[in-house]
Amino acid sequence: MNDVTVQSASAAPGPLKSGAPDGPIEDRWDNYKASMKLVAPANRRKHKIIVVGTGLAGGSAAATLGEMGYNVQSFCISDSPRRAHSVAAQGGINAAKNYQNDGDSIYRLFYDTVKGGDFRARESNVYRLAQCSVNIIDQCVAQGVPFAREYGGTLANRSFGGVQVQRTFYARGQTGQQLLLGAYSALVRQIDAGTVTMHAHHEMLDLVMVDGVARGIVTRNLNTGEIQTHAADAVLLCTGGYSPVFFLSTNAVNCNATAGWRCYKRGAHFANPCYTQIHPTCIPQGGDYQSKLTLMSESLRNDGRVWVPRKTDETRPPQQIPEDDRWYYLEEIYPAFGNLVPRDIASRAAKMVCDKGHGVGSSGFAVYLDFAEAIGRLGKDTVASRYGNLFDMYREISDEDPYSTPMRIYPAPHYTMGGVWVDYDLMSTIPGLFVAGEANFSDHGANRLGASALMQGLADGYFVAPATASNYLASNKMDDVTTDAPEFAAAEAGVRDDVNRLLNINGKRTVREFWWELGRVMWDKVGMARNAAGLESAISEIQGLKEEFWTDVNVPGSQDEWNKTLETAGRVADFLELGELMARDALERNESCGGHFREESQSQEGEAMRDDDNYSHVSAWEYRGPDQPPTMHKEALDFDYVKPGTRSYK
Amino acid sequence: MAGNEFSVKLLIWRQSGPAQPGELASYTMDNVLPEMSLLEMLDLLNEKLTAEGIDPVAFDSDCREGICGTCGLVINGIAHGPHSGAATCEVRMRSFSDGETIVIEPFRAASFPVIKDLVVDRAAFDRIMQAGGYVSINTGSAPEANSIPVPRPHAESAMDAAACIGCAACVAACPNASASLFTSAKISQYAQLPQGRAEAKRRVVRMVDAMDEEGFGNCSNHGECEAVCPKEISIFNIGRMRREYLKAVL
Repeated sequence: MNDVTVQSASAAPGPLKSGAPDGPIEDRWDNYKASMKLVAPANRRKHKIIVVGTGLAGGSAAATLGEMGYNVQSFCISDSPRRAHSVAAQGGINAAKNYQNDGDSIYRLFYDTVKGGDFRARESNVYRLAQCSVNIIDQCVAQGVPFAREYGGTLANRSFGGVQVQRTFYARGQTGQQLLLGAYSALVRQIDAGTVTMHAHHEMLDLVMVDGVARGIVTRNLNTGEIQTHAADAVLLCTGGYSPVFFLSTNAVNCNATAGWRCYKRGAHFANPCYTQIHPTCIPQGGDYQSKLTLMSESLRNDGRVWVPRKTDETRPPQQIPEDDRWYYLEEIYPAFGNLVPRDIASRAAKMVCDKGHGVGSSGFAVYLDFAEAIGRLGKDTVASRYGNLFDMYREISDEDPYSTPMRIYPAPHYTMGGVWVDYDLMSTIPGLFVAGEANFSDHGANRLGASALMQGLADGYFVAPATASNYLASNKMDDVTTDAPEFAAAEAGVRDDVNRLLNINGKRTVREFWWELGRVMWDKVGMARNAAGLESAISEIQGLKEEFWTDVNVPGSQDEWNKTLETAGRVADFLELGELMARDALERNESCGGHFREESQSQEGEAMRDDDNYSHVSAWEYRGPDQPPTMHKEALDFDYVKPGTRSYK
Repeated sequence: MAGNEFSVKLLIWRQSGPAQPGELASYTMDNVLPEMSLLEMLDLLNEKLTAEGIDPVAFDSDCREGICGTCGLVINGIAHGPHSGAATCEVRMRSFSDGETIVIEPFRAASFPVIKDLVVDRAAFDRIMQAGGYVSINTGSAPEANSIPVPRPHAESAMDAAACIGCAACVAACPNASASLFTSAKISQYAQLPQGRAEAKRRVVRMVDAMDEEGFGNCSNHGECEAVCPKEISIFNIGRMRREYLKAVL
C-alpha cells in the first residue's frame, strides 16, 4: 500500500497552498477542468465513494457521482435524505443570469461576494462559484423545481442584502426546501438506478485512514445502535455547519460538527473557526426553555423597514409612535443600501442600537421590522403572496399579527463560514477526504451574503466535487482496501470506547445542561462582539466545562437502541472542543472582519476595522493531540482582481 | 412570568422497541409557559425524567420550524395537534389550558413500524419517491433555464403541491392509512410542469404501484389528510393523480 501516491492541485510544496490555477480568473476553472484526468465510464463503478450528508451539497454530489457511474454510498443522520437542514433555507439562491437587465454579470457576482466576505475569501474559488451559479439554475429548473415566475412564464427575481441587482431566484419562502427536494429527486433516481446505496439515519463517528489517506468511515445506526465500518476510494464530507455550538441558533437541533471534528482529530486542518454569521432577522430569545431561534428570511428586508424608537424610554405601542420619533437606523446610516446592507452590518447595527437602550420588547433586545409602508404601497395581498408563510410562522410563535404589528427581531447564530480547510479541489489536508458546502470554509470569507449558501452547496455538489474527485481517482493508484484492514477495526474500537465511556459516567448533570451552558459562554464571549479578556476567559470556562462533562454527565439508556441522549452527548462533547478552538481563533485574529468583530479593532464611529497588513490570511488549525494546543498554519490570500478596500455600504 | 405558568397532565405512548407491546404512561408537567412549544415542553419532561432515573421519551424532531417533516405526533387524537396548517413543532403550549390532559401518540400505520415510543420508520415514503418522484435529467444536460417557460398559474399550482414536507400526517390521519395525498402531491407537481410531462405516464404508474406494494390503503375520500396537512396540500391533487393514472393505463 506504500505506492499510493497522491497528486492534486495542492501537491505543490508547502502545506497550505490553495492550489488554484494561474491565468486570467475567468479561464482558471475551465482550463483546469480541461487538464484533469478522467475515469473512463466503464471503470467508474469500480470506485466506491462515500458521501456523508444529504443536504444541498451532499445530495447533489451523491446524485451526480451516481449519474456518472460511480458506486456511491450515501449517509445521513436524518431518517430520510430529504430532511437535511438545507430544507429550512428560506429566501433564495443567487445566480448571475442578469435576467432583470440590471447590469449583473459573473464578474459582478464574484465582486459582490468577495467584498461581502470582507476580503477574506479566495478569489479563484469565488469566481468559480459565480460561474457555476448560472448552471445551477438551469439544472434546478430542468428538475422541475417550481421557482417563482413572471406572468410571461420566465423566472422571477428579487434582491438580497449587500448587492444592488436583482439576482436572487426563489420559490416563495421555501427556496431551500425546493432546491433540496430537487437534489433529493436526483438522489432517489440514482438509488432506484442502483448507483447510490442510501444509509439513512446513520451518523459518521470517525474517519478511517490507511497509509495517510482517507479510505473509509465508522458509522452508528441511529435506529439500532449498530456500529459499522465502510471502505471506499474517497470520502466526501457534506455535513453542514456548526452554529448549534451556541446552543440557540437558527439551525435544526440535530445540526452538529461531529463528522468534520473527528476528521480534524485525524489530521484535517480546520480553518477560520471563529467566522460565524449572526443573522440579523430572527425571532428574539424568550426563556431558558427555548430549543432554537427561528429565522425570518432576509428577503423580508426587501419590503420591511427596520427601526427602533428614538427615545430610549419609549413606552407607546409601535403603531402609536409617530414617524418623527422612529429611528430607521439602517436607512439613516447606510443610505445607499438601506435595509439591505449585508448581514454582519445589519446585525451589529441592531446590537448597537439595543446596547444604547433603544431596543424594544420585554428584554430590550429586539428591533422592529415593519411592513406598514409596504402594505400601504403594495396592498396586503401582494405582501402576503411574497411572505405569507413567514408571517404565518411569526404569528404562530409570537402570537402577534405582523400585518398589523411590526415584527420584533434580533440577531441569532445562523451560518458558519469556517470549516474544514480545503484546497481548490475541495480536498482537505488529508488526501482523499473532500469537503463541500457549509462544512468547508472556502467561499464566503468572513461574512456570507444572503442567498449564497444554497449557491455554494449546489455548486460544490453538482459541479465542483464530482469533477475534482474524479481527477483524484484518475490520478492516484488505488489499492484494494476493504474493511478487513486493521485500521478499520482500530477505528471501530475507538468509537465503541467513546460510546461506552459516555454511557458509563453516570453523573448528575444532563447533556442539555452542558450544551446550554456552553452556548451561554459562546454567545456572551465568542458571539457578535469579542475582546481578548472575554475570549481568554471563554477558553478557560470551556475547558472547565469539558472536564466536568467527562466526569459528571448523565447519559441514560444503552448503546444498542434509539438513544437521542447518547447521540447528542457525542455531539456536545465535540462542541466543547470546537468552542475552545473558536475562541482561540478569535483571540488570535486581532482585527474586525465580517462576522468577526473584535472590540479592540473599531473606528471612532464603531465601524469594524480590518487589518489587512496582519490578517489577510486563512487561519488553519492543526490538531496535535488532547494535551497540546493546536498549531496554526496560514494560507496567504491574494487579491488580483478585487482590491481590498474599505467596505462601504453608505 | 410566573403568573403565566400552568400544569398539564400527559398521557404518552411508551414502547421500548418494534416487537414489544406499548402502553400510555402518565406524567405531570408543572411550570409550563404558554409561549413554549410542545416539543420544548417534552424536552423539559425528558430533563425531568432523566434526573429521576426514568428513560426519556423517544421522539424525533429537527428544524423545529415546520419545514423538515421530521417531527410528527398525534396530539389528542389529531395528527400534528390542534392547529390546521402547522406541524407538531409549531404547536405552542398556549393551545392548552391549566390542568388539561394531553394524549400524545406516534403516527400509526402498518407501513410505519414503531422504532421506539413516538418514533416510527417512514422509509416507505422514500421508496415511493424512488419509484418515480423525479425528472430524469443528468447534471450538466440542462437547457438554459428561461428556454422552458412555465405559465405562472401552473408554476404556482405546482408549488402548492411541491410544498409537501413528507411528514406522513396524511397517512396517520387516514382511516385507510392511505399515502395518496403524499404520492399525489409529487405526481401533481410534475404533471403541471413541462419538465415533468415526458415521463408522466411511467411515473404515475410506478409510484402508485409502489404505494400499493408498501401496504398503504386506498383513498376513499374522507379528506382527513387534507385537514391535518401542515402545508395544506389539497386533495384535489389526489384527483389529478387518478386522472393521470387513467390517462397512463387506458
